[in-house]
Amino acid sequence: MKIHEYQAKEIFRKYKIPTSNEKAAASLSEAKSAMQELSYPVVVKAQVLVGGRGKAGGVKLVKNEAELTSAVNSILGMNIKGLIVNKLLIAEALKLESEYYVGITIDREKQTPVLIASASGGVDIEQVAQQTPEKILSVSISPLLGLKSFQARNLGYQIFNDTTLVNSFVSFAASLSQIFFDLDCSLVEINPLVLTENKLVAVDAKIVFDDNALYRHPDIAQLRDLSSEEPSEVQAKKADLSYVKLDGNVGCVVNGAGLAMATMDLIKRYGGEPANFLDIGGSSSPDKMREAMRIITADKNVKAILVNIFGGITRCDDVAQGLLWALKEEHISLPIIARLVGTNQDKARTMLENSPITFAKTMTEGVKQTIAALKG
Amino acid sequence: MAILINENTRLIVQGITGRDGSFHAQQMLDYDTKVVAGVTPGKGGSDVHGIPVFNTVRQAIEKTGANTSIIFVPAQFAPDAIYEAADAELDLVVCIAEGIPTLDMIKIVNYLKETKTRLVGPNSAGIISPGLSKVGIPPAMAFSKGKVGIVSRSGTLTYEIASHITRAGYGESTVIGIGGDPIIGTNFIDCLQLFEKDKETKAIVIIGEIGGTDEEKAAEYVSKNITKPIFGFIAGQSAPADKRMGHAGAIIAGGKGTAKDKIEAFEKVGITVIYEPEEITQKLNLTLK
Repeated sequence: MKIHEYQAKEIFRKYKIPTSNEKAAASLSEAKSAMQELSYPVVVKAQVLVGGRGKAGGVKLVKNEAELTSAVNSILGMNIKGLIVNKLLIAEALKLESEYYVGITIDREKQTPVLIASASGGVDIEQVAQQTPEKILSVSISPLLGLKSFQARNLGYQIFNDTTLVNSFVSFAASLSQIFFDLDCSLVEINPLVLTENKLVAVDAKIVFDDNALYRHPDIAQLRDLSSEEPSEVQAKKADLSYVKLDGNVGCVVNGAGLAMATMDLIKRYGGEPANFLDIGGSSSPDKMREAMRIITADKNVKAILVNIFGGITRCDDVAQGLLWALKEEHISLPIIARLVGTNQDKARTMLENSPITFAKTMTEGVKQTIAALKG
Repeated sequence: MAILINENTRLIVQGITGRDGSFHAQQMLDYDTKVVAGVTPGKGGSDVHGIPVFNTVRQAIEKTGANTSIIFVPAQFAPDAIYEAADAELDLVVCIAEGIPTLDMIKIVNYLKETKTRLVGPNSAGIISPGLSKVGIPPAMAFSKGKVGIVSRSGTLTYEIASHITRAGYGESTVIGIGGDPIIGTNFIDCLQLFEKDKETKAIVIIGEIGGTDEEKAAEYVSKNITKPIFGFIAGQSAPADKRMGHAGAIIAGGKGTAKDKIEAFEKVGITVIYEPEEITQKLNLTLK
């Protein structure tokens, strides 16, 4: 789960990480009253859960109220990569002497958290990592011991030559590590970490939490901004379905994440474009199947639907029942192609005999039939 | 011979009194797996389908000589169940549970390095050595005893590909679901190493997906260490970046973990890449016939 910069900064301040002086605002009047505690120049920053807001015009430096008004009016409501800006962060502008990067994430290969730092901050760190990997410093953090000061110090001395700054960097790293472990993060990141008037300050903040651990952080779970998530994905999540909306026109309902991806790949291979990823999960019920069909048919781009089930724990007759309910209640007129094999496949077939659903024997055949149906 | 599990596997089901634990205990019994004990704290002394239930793993081992366990408890309790199994020095623990926090898993895998226990999973479909033993949830109908070893990050996709191998008459020596999470106990390389040594395994299929670099590492290993014919499949060629495709581990992040990279890594070292499940039959025909 991602949270906004202004929310991440609040967590930073709780952990004694210095940030710029700033206030969040959701309207022009809130922005103006924020200025009672801040002084110009300030930076107005769009709060959206996607990168690249600067390039999209979502970050503006303003020197007076007139400029503030025009910046707020232009950024609030702005559409950045499909997300609408509902909130702004007004932050006092700092004199940036140098920009650095510091963050902690999971190193899947080494199976530990890793502290990453670079003297090349302020830009896309992934690009730095790809183009000039020598500029990225990193050290593994023992999950049992946590980050040791010397580890951060070793990195710090490679970036700063002033011991005061190194010590400051060490305390930034220590706080980030504490946040990472305390709150079950998959990423905490300061980019840029800015040197201004001989002090280090977090000018941006990014935190991504591990969804699987949210059950033990109810206060963090409340920070979720549902307005910035795809509504159909939120609806799917409530029904315990794993769904990702895509741009194509072939809807697919599959059991199992790997098979769902393979089905999408095959649709593409035979000239179609998948409209979604949808995994109905292991022990699925007719209700879940019905909900899956509702979500898929609500996507107006969808012109044909492929149901691909390899029944194990998932029973084909449960899937058939859900399909029948969906057909009856949702008045679906789109072509549906079903490939149902495994547990109770014969029963499922009998149940669907008088329905408009077309049967396919294999996955490849199902994909071909679905794409043919698309063309009418 | 099969790898990891065989007719000598004596299994404990941790969480046997739960809905999934009880259902799959029966399914594994039906497959003639030696399910010798169940463990549910507080339910010791009872039985499920005639299988005795104990309060602790240690008690279960003492009374039944079990050497392997499978974990069906919910994600919140699964880490403790894994530690308990490792502390009792079981050889193999298979974790089906899905949704264990990543930091818990990181602690577990680092702790297990100091023990003799091998963990498969979590978020795994388990293991089947057809005709010998099943420690997991795969449906028996997709498999038959034979000579192809399969290692995979997925569940149903594995059944799909295995069913073609079964129908073609080759059958499988052992099929391992290593799990769809970013941090897992047993990786591709561990399984490849075992398959290379196993006399019964004549060919290997590796089923990967987007996310991480395990497939690339496996390819590197194959180039130096695997002499048997090997086939690869990668799911997620059509997946967009930064979107998690169901599995916690299946995400293209920071430009890393794309299907294209993985397929290239496979092809570079001579792994025969298949692009749709049913292609496996034709490729095996060319190699094994």
